[in-house]
Amino acid sequence: MEYVIEMRNIRKEFPGIVANDNVTLQVRKGKIHALLGENGAGKSTLMNILFGLYQPEEGEIRVKGQKISITDPNVANRLGIGMVHQHFMLVENFTVTENIILGKEITTAGRVDLKKAAKEVKALSDRYGLRVDPNAKIENISVGMQQRVEILKTLYRGAEILIFDEPTAVLTPQEIHELMEIMKKLVAEGKSIILITHKLKEIMEACDRCTVIRRGRGIGTVDVAETNPDKLAAMMVGREVNFKVDKEEADPKQAVLQIKDLVVEDSRKVPVVDGLNLEIKAGEILGIAGVDGNGQTELLEAITGLRKATSGTIQLNGNEITNLKPRKVTESGVGHIPQDRHKHGLVLDFSIGTNMVLQTYYQQPFSKNKILKFSAIFDKANKLIKEFDVRTPSEHTLARALSGGNQQKAIIAREVDRSPDFLIAAQPTRGLDVGAIEFIHSKLIQERDKGKAVLLLSFELDEVMNVSDRIAVIYEGKIVAVVDPKQTTEQELGLLMAGGKKQKAGELQ
Amino acid sequence: MNVMKGRLFHILVPVISVLLGLLIGGIIMLVSNYDPIQAYSALIGGIFGNGYNIGETIRAASPLILSGLAVAFAFRTGLFNIGVEGQLLVGWLASVYVGIHFDLPKIIHLPLAVIAGALAGALWGVLPGILKARFKVHEVITTIMMNYIALYVTNAIIRAYMLAPGERTKDIKESASLASPWLQQMTDFSRLHYGILVALIGALFMWFVLWKTTTGYELRAVGFNQHASQYAGISVSKNIILAMAISGAFAGAAGTMEGLGTYQYMTINNAFTGVGFDGIAVSLLGANGSIGIIVAALLFGGLKIGALTMQSTAGVPTELIGIVIALIIFFVASSYLIRWLTNRFTKGGKI
Ligand SMILES: Nc1ncnc2c1ncn2[C@@H]1O[C@H](COP(=O)(O)OP(=O)(O)OP(=O)(O)O)[C@@H](O)[C@H]1O
Ligand SMILES: [Mg+2]
Repeated sequence: MEYVIEMRNIRKEFPGIVANDNVTLQVRKGKIHALLGENGAGKSTLMNILFGLYQPEEGEIRVKGQKISITDPNVANRLGIGMVHQHFMLVENFTVTENIILGKEITTAGRVDLKKAAKEVKALSDRYGLRVDPNAKIENISVGMQQRVEILKTLYRGAEILIFDEPTAVLTPQEIHELMEIMKKLVAEGKSIILITHKLKEIMEACDRCTVIRRGRGIGTVDVAETNPDKLAAMMVGREVNFKVDKEEADPKQAVLQIKDLVVEDSRKVPVVDGLNLEIKAGEILGIAGVDGNGQTELLEAITGLRKATSGTIQLNGNEITNLKPRKVTESGVGHIPQDRHKHGLVLDFSIGTNMVLQTYYQQPFSKNKILKFSAIFDKANKLIKEFDVRTPSEHTLARALSGGNQQKAIIAREVDRSPDFLIAAQPTRGLDVGAIEFIHSKLIQERDKGKAVLLLSFELDEVMNVSDRIAVIYEGKIVAVVDPKQTTEQELGLLMAGGKKQKAGELQ
Repeated sequence: MNVMKGRLFHILVPVISVLLGLLIGGIIMLVSNYDPIQAYSALIGGIFGNGYNIGETIRAASPLILSGLAVAFAFRTGLFNIGVEGQLLVGWLASVYVGIHFDLPKIIHLPLAVIAGALAGALWGVLPGILKARFKVHEVITTIMMNYIALYVTNAIIRAYMLAPGERTKDIKESASLASPWLQQMTDFSRLHYGILVALIGALFMWFVLWKTTTGYELRAVGFNQHASQYAGISVSKNIILAMAISGAFAGAAGTMEGLGTYQYMTINNAFTGVGFDGIAVSLLGANGSIGIIVAALLFGGLKIGALTMQSTAGVPTELIGIVIALIIFFVASSYLIRWLTNRFTKGGKI
């Protein structure tokens, strides 16, 4: 069998860690090949090697049977390898077309011919059903469309082999569905795809074969048709994984957070949270379900003090916290696992240890009389790294060098450890492997059982349904229904999220 | 790239840059019919040859250390302070004013004059800081404009209120002077003064504040990621203003080196002194670290002082040293190129 890509016995070391140890990956032409492994297993590293960003210490790479050394991304481009990164690389205030042609501009008489370029982009996008507006500015389009721009960028450069690094982590269910369709269309046209994802459902649905890596080592490759999610999970983690969330019946007590008639405007002065009422009790997990863009982000920002509320009140344990400064909100007992870990969650150029005290560095024992106590800081960090299984060579490693999932685990460790009365978990398991998801869910439930109030925001209905004790459906800036997860269905939730009228079955109150 | 290689690279870049700068400077001398060997031996003699030259080198380095610290401190917090020159000028004037118009015992007068200079510099830095924090006006624009305001305002004040014969102010009182007969004697009567101690304390201060205190934690966090800082409850605007204040204070202190140390007065300047702008180069070559800045400032101070000997004994114009300095900066700035070359080299250069 002819392979388009063959990576044999690849080895790559980083200081203190072997990221890839004798990994072999063979990809067939016209197929979607999944790459599966725990957080920090070395998937991104392997793909960065294939794309020429890193050089392997050992092993060989063959492209279409030919042994080759990929010294930089330009070489990869020339070989027809394109990569859609975990974090997008687009120029925000450029248009779609400008971003796509950047570095490979079409010129007429020495000047960039944007009209012609836009036409080509349009043609390319129509051919694969990508539906992008060539003249829209990146900053004004959705995450899903930005990702399609990234795909177009690789196609425009003539990519035959496309690498997708966790493309679905940032997408809504609808967008994920669309992406799967696009990928199928691409392979039907003869392209080959390597897909990294933590979602076994996606592998089962779209992929042909799947290679599993565990702690840097290649475990094996299986045909998707001959396996199932349980087997895949066991192969990847090295033990059975429990997909059902084990939890006792909730025992809700007094209200911890009370939101009344809250109005919050976004940066364009549109009231995206529009008279919202919500109550969360001690000892319960309240899930928020809703289509992205219905005011979820602004709601969380208003609670945590990152955005001003226009009117309405937010009370924590009976005390008004509306429009307090973020630090005052934190000190009054709010914890926040933010949606965007790179933007809000971490200072990437600080060590992972110093990031662990991002909200507490000024308190004892981490500092005294304004002098930082590094021994206390790193002791704390070490404890959290162990407890939450954050895979990092040491507490001194820059946060930037951790794998995406381990960055997320570090943030969760920091927030859960402070054990706030009210914990906001916004997409807490985005980019985590199934084993880590199981662990994080159990941690959230543990907080609940300690009598804390937990607010869970997630775009994955599975997660909302499994973890929450009550589900509040948000639509156009209002809570339109509160339902009991045990008595509702995904269909019903979907309907409510789309603005459908209240149903009888699962309705509470 | 692994950690060891990374560290080594950090030190290697400036060292290679300096060597390349000197090498190409030598080639330019050859082309212009000067003898580079003779020129460079004169240069080295001009830096280390005798006590006087060593003293002058250290003296010239003192304000450079402080202006380098000013640039580096701002840079560490994500700001480009191009206004060191202006902050230096107002610091110089303020220290001279206190030096002339107060009558106090030395133990109070001298520190007071230094502090006055630092405070004036801080004030000059805070204004762009406030404009940035409150109105998002880019600090590069405002600090450059503040340079011109400083130049003309200090000149006008001297002319209007402090003029002495010779287009300058009166001399400061002995009780406010950094001059040290003892240091001068040790160095064959160079103009070396106690300012070098102020500069070294400044370097220690920057290292301590940035890396050991909660204030430094906040400043650096804001410099790296404003969103995460906000999330963590760190005030972004307060820290931008504070960073500019401290940066400006370093620059103001650099001005006191001239006012209380080297000259003992302030002249009417018809152009910028250049010391503030050199701070950008010093901080770049010193990789924004305290020790690196001290070394870089000594190197630049040495090159400037040594150039004088080079001109007088080897007949090579001092401008050539200006070229060498420019080349060094060019190579540091294009360290990317060097990184690429070394990568090629270690990988055996195959595609
Ligand atoms: N630039 C780097 N410097 C140092 N260590 C690194 C670097 N990049 C990755 N690592 C380490 O290599 C290991 C593998 O990381 P990698 O990003 O490949 O994991 P991953 O499988 O993509 O995980 P995730 O699913 O969480 O994204 C991790 O332990 C990580 O800390
Ligand atoms: Mg990854």
